Amino acid sequence: MSMADVAAAGKTGTVWRSRSGDRRSTRTLRLRVCAALLTVTVLSVLLVPPLVQLDQQAVDLAAKLRAPGWAHPFGTDDVGRDLLLRCVYGLRVSLLVGVAAALTATVVGTAVGATAGALGGWVDRGVMRVVDALSSVPHLLMGIFIVAMFRPGVWPVVASVALTHWLSTARIVRAEVLSLRARPHIDAAVSGGASRWRVTVRHLLPGVLPQAALAAVLMVPHAMWHESALSFLGLGLPTHTASLGNLIQEARGSLLAGQWWPTLFPGLFIIVPTLAVAGLAGAWRERINPRSRSELML
Amino acid sequence: MLELRTVTAGYDRRAPVFRDVSLSVAPGEAVGLLGPSGCGKSTLARVAALLHRPDAGALVLDGTPVRRWRHGAPRALRTAFGVVFQQARLSADPRLTLADLVAEPLRATGRRAQAADRVAELAATVGLTTDLLSRRPHEVSDGQLQRACLARALVLRPRWLVCDEMTAMLDASTTAALVRVVEDYRAGTGAGLLAVGHDRVLLDRWCDRTVEWASVVPTTRN
Repeated sequence: MSMADVAAAGKTGTVWRSRSGDRRSTRTLRLRVCAALLTVTVLSVLLVPPLVQLDQQAVDLAAKLRAPGWAHPFGTDDVGRDLLLRCVYGLRVSLLVGVAAALTATVVGTAVGATAGALGGWVDRGVMRVVDALSSVPHLLMGIFIVAMFRPGVWPVVASVALTHWLSTARIVRAEVLSLRARPHIDAAVSGGASRWRVTVRHLLPGVLPQAALAAVLMVPHAMWHESALSFLGLGLPTHTASLGNLIQEARGSLLAGQWWPTLFPGLFIIVPTLAVAGLAGAWRERINPRSRSELML
Repeated sequence: MLELRTVTAGYDRRAPVFRDVSLSVAPGEAVGLLGPSGCGKSTLARVAALLHRPDAGALVLDGTPVRRWRHGAPRALRTAFGVVFQQARLSADPRLTLADLVAEPLRATGRRAQAADRVAELAATVGLTTDLLSRRPHEVSDGQLQRACLARALVLRPRWLVCDEMTAMLDASTTAALVRVVEDYRAGTGAGLLAVGHDRVLLDRWCDRTVEWASVVPTTRN
């Protein structure tokens, strides 16, 4: 190798390193911003209600529809309730629904997908046709059907979102299990005497867990969105419960009258956690990518 | 006696990988199967190790035809075969340390108590040091990983060994070491061996008998 080659190789190495360094720093920045936003959101939801002894339901008709200011940072609604407080309480309910629904949907979807993928054959075909049939129904419609069967409340909304959202997780998990199942390490486990259960639990499920966890995380904002949609339609939570959907629904009239804050702030409370979760999930996906990890290791 | 009688197998019934292949391995015998890549010898090895159900034909084990495959086959029958695959990296669960990898068949068959002793014994046999045993597959070389995979195949003391291109990705010294381990094991237990490969020199030196793929497939078809 000549000196020029060495110099060129060295240069390429430097360029490559610095470029990757840049990418890493923007990734870290994104990670930090998203993590900070999510932390603020979660902390406000967890800490504000017990610490701040203010009544979110306190009506003050003299102060109705005040624009954002010092006394009310997010303004007030049409009966003079403080919107910042209402938004925090609303987010609390929406997050509860989002997390509970996402967890339930992921557990159901993983169980169904792993069963179909691990057993294969007619079980797989049967289960996946049911999944296809359920997916062909618009899921908001099916969600409305489910909430309509119960009294309004948090758990019917959780059930409605969870029971309509396990389908995509089931598909992801099944596809992943099918691809893992064809690998020689599963053959080796079968040949080593492992039962079907052991192969599934010890070798297949750990392999699909990162995908399932990612699907669960991404489903949290989606479930929040669904709660808002159902509440907006008047089918979700009872109207006296502050939820982001209810807040937007109540504020529709005042938007037409030129009062923008009662819709803007609850809307932001949906958008910001959604973006933060999506950003975190993306950064995590890059981090857990086993290929990039193994390249570092080898 | 391990007999494959006019076996047709593949991944699509309309287009099998091979048709009517017959091959037999006597107990204690080492048979090398030599063939070009893509001819179906790996599929044949999987059929022989009860890992792939053939479309037609029979696998007769000690005079009894095998009727069920993979999980359907009784555990005692499945574990009578030790299988070593070509690509160690794909045949090792990336989450297990090499010690867990070797001990996995013992745990899966409820012999957890023996695991530590047996792993230590086999690690010494295949030439794995203690610090390698605590590493995961991506932290060791192909050769080291294949040593662990061979140890895993031997851990349940199988009566039959199926080595599918076991040494295709390895250097000469590792190849020699692994072949030596297999031969020592066979000398000690009288196990039969089906070694699949494309390296004539290796199979001729390793096996009692080397058969060409062309000679196990009927000439009128394929």
